[in-house]
Order: sequence, then C-alpha cells, then structure tokens
Amino acid sequence: MPKPKLAVYWAASCGGCDIAILDIEDKILAVADFFDLCLWPCAADFKYADVRAMDDKSITLTLFNGAIRNSENYEIARLLRGKSVVLAAFGSCATEGGIPGLANLTGKEAILDYVYIKSPSTVNPDKIYPQPRCKVPEGEIYIPEMWNTVRALHQVIDVDYIIPGCPPQSDQIAAVVGAVIDILSTGKPLPPKGTVLGASEKSCCDECPRKRDVKKITKFRRPFEGPTDPDICLMEQGLVCLGPATRSGCGAKCVSAGMPCRGCYSLPANVRDQGAKMVSALASVVDSTDPTEIDRIIATIPDPVGTFYRFSLAESFLRRKQA
Amino acid sequence: MDFEPKILGLLCNWCSYTGADLAGTARMKYPPNVYTVRVMCSGRVDPGFILDAMRAGADGVLVCGCHPGDCHYVEGNYKCLRRIPLTKKLLEGFGIDPRRLRLEWVSASEGGRFKEVVTEFTEQIRALGPLKLNDWAFAEQPLEVHEAA
Repeated sequence: MPKPKLAVYWAASCGGCDIAILDIEDKILAVADFFDLCLWPCAADFKYADVRAMDDKSITLTLFNGAIRNSENYEIARLLRGKSVVLAAFGSCATEGGIPGLANLTGKEAILDYVYIKSPSTVNPDKIYPQPRCKVPEGEIYIPEMWNTVRALHQVIDVDYIIPGCPPQSDQIAAVVGAVIDILSTGKPLPPKGTVLGASEKSCCDECPRKRDVKKITKFRRPFEGPTDPDICLMEQGLVCLGPATRSGCGAKCVSAGMPCRGCYSLPANVRDQGAKMVSALASVVDSTDPTEIDRIIATIPDPVGTFYRFSLAESFLRRKQA
Repeated sequence: MDFEPKILGLLCNWCSYTGADLAGTARMKYPPNVYTVRVMCSGRVDPGFILDAMRAGADGVLVCGCHPGDCHYVEGNYKCLRRIPLTKKLLEGFGIDPRRLRLEWVSASEGGRFKEVVTEFTEQIRALGPLKLNDWAFAEQPLEVHEAA
C-alpha cells in the first residue's frame, strides 16, 4: 500500500513554522517513515507542476503556514485545497494573519513606496518598482502580484483544522502529528471540522503560574523599563499582557519567563476579537474614575492597535485600516 | 439619496432605557436613527459589540448608562467609562473617526436629556457621513490569479 502523502507549504511567513516542525526532533523520523512527502518548499525541492499533475484529494494532509498576501499565496492555497483531503492552518499567520497581517494598518502603495524609495538604505533614483509583468528579450515574465490586504487562510479557502502559535510549540506539534498517524493507521474518526488542535479552549491566564489580586495601576510600562516581580500577575505590574485575550496551549512560556504574553496562540474559544477583549481586560486594572486621569493612564500604552492585534489584525472585526 | 445615519444605541436597563422610555411616553420628538438595544448595565458593553456593530453597518454607536455613582451594580458604569476612551483609540488606529462612538449618562428621569443626546449625536453622524468600510477586505472572492509556471 502506498504511503499517505504529506505537504507542508509556506505562504507569507518567516519560515519559523517549518523550523518548528523540524524541532519535534526524533519524531520527525516517524513522520518521514509514515508519510510520503510531496511538497515542502522550505526543506525539499518539489515543483508546483508535480503537485498540479497529482489527482484531486491525493494528498492526505497539508500543513499550511503563512498568511495570504499575494497572488501566488492564493493560487497555491487553492491548488493545495483541491489536492488535499485534510488541510490545516498551521501557525498564527495562516490562522489569523499573524505578523504580516499588521501590514493591514497601511496599504500596498505605502509599503512599496517605503521599501523601494524612502527607506534609508535604498538608492533608487529611477524609482524602479517591481512590476507584476515585465517584457524582456526572451519574452514576458511575471512575478506574483502583491495584495493591498493581508488575509488569513480561512478567508480565502476552506480550512479543516487550526493549529495556532507563533510558532506552534514543538511538543504540541509532536502530539498532533502523533494523533494524525494514530488516526490514519487505525481508522479512528477524525475530530470535527474546525477543531483547534494543539491548544486548549481557555485563555493563557488559566495556565499562568502568576498570582492575581485585584491590584490596580496608574501607569502602563514596557518590559525594558525595569525588572518585574516573578510571582505577581504582569498586568498588575503595569505591563500590557495579552494573556486574557489569548488561547492557552503554549505552556505559558513567555509569562513564566517574565515577558508579557504577545498573543500568538490566537483567540480563546469565547473571544471573537482580541483587541476588544484586551480593552475590557485593561480597563479593569486602570485605577481611576476620573476621565482626565483615565486618558492620562491609557495614553501610556504606546500603540494599542499594533499591540492588541499583534497577531490577529487580519482576523479582527474591522480587519484593516480604512482609507 | 439623502444619507440617514444608522446608529446603534446600547442603553442600560436601570437608567438610560427607562429614560428613553420616558422620552417616548412624554411624546418628545427626536430622530428615529438610533436602534436601541437594552443591556443590563453599561458595564456589560463589551468593546467587541461596538466594533462588530461598525463592521455590520452602523455609522455610529451610542452607549448610555447611569450617572457616575448611580450604577445599579455599584461600578459597572465606571468600567464602561474606562473602556470607551481605549475603544476610541482602537477606532482611531483603524482609521475610523472616534466621534462615531459616544458615551453619555442618562438617568431614568432624563427623558429630555435622552432626546437632546440622540438629536445631537444623529446630527454629528450625519455630518461625518456614512462609515464606509473597505469592501475588498471582506469580499468572498479575492482577485483573479494568473497561473504561475
């Protein structure tokens, strides 16, 4: 019997998700044993043409990482959706836009203008921009076209499962991969569509070892502005911690090490918008009932939208900055 | 076509909803643009309600609660008081005029004040114009793609 096929793809991503897969250490050998790899641009040289030539639904599992921000990302997402039986959004970018989603706070023109004209390290007197199509002596060549808006994977294709995290923690990946192998080899039923794998339903605060009182604060501060108490809730020490608005599953690694949660594990099951949830949570630690004083305290948060939606802007209610 | 603002009004059960009711029973005239939703307390207003309403087509959101010190649940309206300015900052970050969101205190006896608040806020939203969200960000089908070699 032929082995089941596995595809791993990166769209708009940094490559960290691919590295996280390799980080499952010796279990990667079990993966290689069980699956026949058919596409993994980060690790092996397969061609899109080979994938196109495959029959529909011939790939058993696709792990898709990265956001959708250009025509190539979208094209391959659609291609892999057609060829795959099970397709999982892998990592924050595919799940909810991730860091690339922050580009939705500006737009395509502003980004190209900065990168190709204004950035201090650029010399471009002829104002040459990348063109999607270009005529050369050998014929017309083209590169993918960049979109104005970055999207999460499920906003453009049907997604079966979600594996959040930036990147997903390797112990969680190993558990998910182990479960997949178990299901495929024993014929057990798959979990219901839309299930979040490798994470729990609750918030990061539920995993957090720190002690929470009802202490209120009169100033927000940033991590570099002095040491933190190792046992007390970071929010009560004035740090903007996204724990209340973030799904648990990471093992509360950042908060245990004294860094406030950055919000990478996507939204808990009962939250629909990470920023809105953070506004609620932060408002409850602000120590004032005077509008002027409240304004002063919240003005000490430098970049509310960029901080509260660091990973989930493309998946928020409003999705992008309006023109 | 004339622009008629669509405004979501989130009114607290104990003061503002009763105040709005009073404006009605006293037959005060005010613009019909506010679609009211009764909530148990202004402290129950999750900022997500506000953002979701704007995504769903509201041009403005009006939140009304009991005057400071009068909350039925002691300090629910203070929670609201702290959330609204931060929610306005989010709106600014998304390129939406924060004047589209307003928090007002209206007590159960202030039917006249409810009328004034609604009239004034409706005029403000009318002046700001319709809230147009970028349709493309929500479109079901994105751009055509050309098949790469």
